Amino acid sequence: MTDRPTPTPRGEENIYFEEARAHRLAFQQCESCGARVFYPRTVCPVCLSDRLSLRQAAGTGTVHSFTTLHRAGHPGLADRVPYTVVLVDLDEGVRVLADLVVSPEADVPWIGMPVQAVFDEVTPELTLPRFQATAGAR
Amino acid sequence: MSLRGKAAIVAAAEVDTFQSQGRSPVGLMGEATRRALAEVGLHKDDVDGLFTASSYYAMPALTVAEYLGLRPTYIDSTVVGGGSFISHVGHAAAAIEAGLCSVALITYGSTQRSDRGKLTSLAEWSPYEQPYGLIHPISSFGLIAQRHMHEFGTTSEQLAEVAVSARQWALKNPDAPYPTPLSVQDVLSSPMLSTPLHKLDCCLVTDGGAAIVVTSAERARDLTPKPIYVLGVGEAINHRNIVGMPDLTTTAAVDSGKRAFDMAGRGPADMDSAHIYDAFTISLMILLEDLGFVSKGEGGPFVESGAIAPGGSLPVNTNGGGLSYTHPGMLGMFLMTEAVRQLRGDAGDRQVPGARTSVVHGMGLALAAHATAVLSTDVEP
Ligand SMILES: [Zn+2]
Repeated sequence: MTDRPTPTPRGEENIYFEEARAHRLAFQQCESCGARVFYPRTVCPVCLSDRLSLRQAAGTGTVHSFTTLHRAGHPGLADRVPYTVVLVDLDEGVRVLADLVVSPEADVPWIGMPVQAVFDEVTPELTLPRFQATAGAR
Repeated sequence: MSLRGKAAIVAAAEVDTFQSQGRSPVGLMGEATRRALAEVGLHKDDVDGLFTASSYYAMPALTVAEYLGLRPTYIDSTVVGGGSFISHVGHAAAAIEAGLCSVALITYGSTQRSDRGKLTSLAEWSPYEQPYGLIHPISSFGLIAQRHMHEFGTTSEQLAEVAVSARQWALKNPDAPYPTPLSVQDVLSSPMLSTPLHKLDCCLVTDGGAAIVVTSAERARDLTPKPIYVLGVGEAINHRNIVGMPDLTTTAAVDSGKRAFDMAGRGPADMDSAHIYDAFTISLMILLEDLGFVSKGEGGPFVESGAIAPGGSLPVNTNGGGLSYTHPGMLGMFLMTEAVRQLRGDAGDRQVPGARTSVVHGMGLALAAHATAVLSTDVEP
C-alpha cells in the first residue's frame, strides 16, 4: 500500500508540526502591528517585524468553503474517497486547510458549518489537525 | 512614460496542439520558433531577447538558447504559472523600449498529453496542504467554485455553460480535437472530480508548442503589413496556495486588468474579442467579472445568456480555449496566438468581423498570478 503524502517541513515550518504533536493548533501574532498570521513565519507579512509570538488557537471555527474529492489527490488516499477538504475560518481570524472527519453531523458539509479541530496521530512523528462538525451542527 | 503602442507582435505560430509525435517540449518550441520567424523573414540570429517558461526545464532559457543556438542579450524566465507568457509580453515591450533587446522571442512547448500518467508540474507542495490530498490544481478551484456558488447563487448549470460555449467555438476550429457538440447535461453527467467540478469543468490535457515574436512598433511596420500593437499591459499577484488566497471570489485580475486597460486607453466595452484563461469553467467566470465584463457575481447569468458563445455579445476564447482546444500545462501562449489571429483577420470560420482590439488575460496556479495585455491593429482609435 502506498503511504499517504507527508509534509517535509523546513526551518520555521517545523514549529507548526511540533505544536500539532502536542495537540495544539498554532498561529502567530505580530507584537508590532497586531496581525494574526497563519502559517508560522520568520517575519510578519503585514509589517515585516520579526517579533512574532506563537499562539494556540481554540480550534473552533466555521467552514469558509469545502470540496469533496471523488478521486484521490494521492494514491495513498485512494481507499478514503469520497473525502472532504475544508477551508476553515478559525475564531481567532486565521484561515486553515484540513480534511473533515466523517461524522453524522457532516455527511453533507455546508459553508458556515461550525467545526472544531481534532488531532490525528498519523505516525509517531506526524500528527495532523483535522476538523469535525461541532455536535448538533445540522 | 507608458509602453502604450511602443511594441508590436509581428509573428505567431503554433505546433502540434493536441498530440505530438516524436518531439520533446523544447523540440516543439524549436519548431514553433522556426515557423514564427519564417512568417516575417527573420533569421534566428536576429533574436536578441529570449522569454520562456516551462514545467520541464528548471532553467528554460538556457535549455532553449542551447537547443536553438541563440545568443540573447536579454533573458527572462519569469514563471508565474500558465499565464507567464502574458507577463513576458509586457516585459518584452519594456525591454525593447529600454533598448535592452530589439527582437524578442516568447516561446513554450509541452508534451503533457504524451506524458499522460506522469504529468509534469513545478508545483511544490505547501506542507500545510499536501497531507490532505488535494487534487492539484482541481481541488483549489473546487473550493473557489463552492464559495462563488455560496456567495452569488452560481449554479453547476451556469458553470457548465462555460464549457458548452467553449465547445461551440471549438466546432469552428478545424484544429480542435473534439468535433462533437457538448450539452450542459453532458458536463453535469461527466464524473465528479472535486465538488462542484466535474471532469468537463476542467481543461483538456494536450501537447503543444507556440512562439510569438515582439519587436518595436517602428521595426514591426517594416516586417509585416499587420503588426499587432501592444497597447496596455498589467500584472499582479497575491498568493501562492489556496489557504493564502485573500478572497476566494475576487482576484488580483482586478488590478492587472485595470492597469492594462488604463494604459491602453480602452475599456472592456471596446474589446472585439477576449482571450481569458479557462483552465476551469469557474476560472473563466471569475475573470470575466474581475476584468469588468460583468459586475461581481453576475458571471453565472452572463454565460447562461449565451454571451460568450458564437453569436453572443462577447466572443471569448474563439479557438475553443483550454476547455475545448488545447491546454498543454500552460495555456497563456495559446491565448496570445488566437488573439493575434483574430486581429489579423486570419481566424477562418470563427473570425469576429472587423476585430480591431482584443484583451488577453493569463492567470497562474489557482487564480494566484495575473497578467493582462490589450492588443490592437491600431495605436489610435
Ligand atoms: Zn506585523
